[in-house]
Amino acid sequence: MHELSIAAAILDRVAAEAARHAGARFTKVGIRVGELSGVDPEALSFGFEALKTESPWERLALEIEYCCRKQCCRHCQHTFTSSNNYETQCPKCGAGNTILVAGEELDIAFIETEDE
Amino acid sequence: MTRLLVEQKVLNENQRIAAELRERFRQNNVFCLNLVSSPGSGKTSLLERTLAAFPDSTHVAVLTGDIQTENDARRLARFGFPVRQITTGGTCHLDARMVEKHLADWSLADLDMLLIENVGNLVCPSSYDLGEHAKVVLLSVTEGEDKPLKYPSIFVKSELMVLNKLDLLPYVPFSVEQARENARRVHPGIEIIEISCITGEGLDRWLGWLRSNRTRNFAMSSA
Repeated sequence: MHELSIAAAILDRVAAEAARHAGARFTKVGIRVGELSGVDPEALSFGFEALKTESPWERLALEIEYCCRKQCCRHCQHTFTSSNNYETQCPKCGAGNTILVAGEELDIAFIETEDE
Repeated sequence: MTRLLVEQKVLNENQRIAAELRERFRQNNVFCLNLVSSPGSGKTSLLERTLAAFPDSTHVAVLTGDIQTENDARRLARFGFPVRQITTGGTCHLDARMVEKHLADWSLADLDMLLIENVGNLVCPSSYDLGEHAKVVLLSVTEGEDKPLKYPSIFVKSELMVLNKLDLLPYVPFSVEQARENARRVHPGIEIIEISCITGEGLDRWLGWLRSNRTRNFAMSSA
């Protein structure tokens, strides 16, 4: 359960962005969480809600985009989602030599601001 | 509504420090490993066996993480190599800043190898880069062969899986073949070494892996 420290890191980043955009009213922060990031979206939301209370970010919403694991076949270059069944074998050509190309994300994508 | 594109890693600060550490390790030819497992899989036992097998002239140091106690550092200090405990005081993983802080006055120029024992946890340590050259995940036969499927992240990010406690196989319903298959299902390229820290079985293969990966790393960093 390290989602609280992840939530704190998000709010730190938000504070840094606020300093760069003086006067802007932030309404939402958008995060990408990969299936293999080791972060649980629900626990992250819970931690975020807890931390923002009684902070300058009380009204800031959190939007989480969950990114599934994707593998790319080294043989035929086919990219496929391998979630749920953990299948890493290429469904198109059957090759076992596939590499991870998505699913490790833990990114702050955007912040939305309210127009004056 | 206006949307500001941020496009940064949430753990940007950790990544920055980890990258600095990796560069320091590279400059000083220090091969660094990050050992991860559940509590009780045998990380400290493996390190004891490893340190015991090293000649006194080996330039190795150990950082060992736990939430509380200095027990592991005491166990590992007996072998005469520099050992330092990182007590996280509740945090379930090590991060790059803790490693940087605890390296403190150690001179990396005098080291060839740094072994980091993470806090016992298969989840959170997978999110934090410590600047290591490779993560090594330990699994023991008392834990169930489906751990790679249940906690895929750390098995995907580890170059090697060490399967420990082979000596207990007669007493537990555990299929080594199934464990291997599960690990390769989530990470086709993962290397697997089976060992027992009690009987010493397989430890030569582990020591061989350490040697060859250290050599390969040196060759890459000086290329």
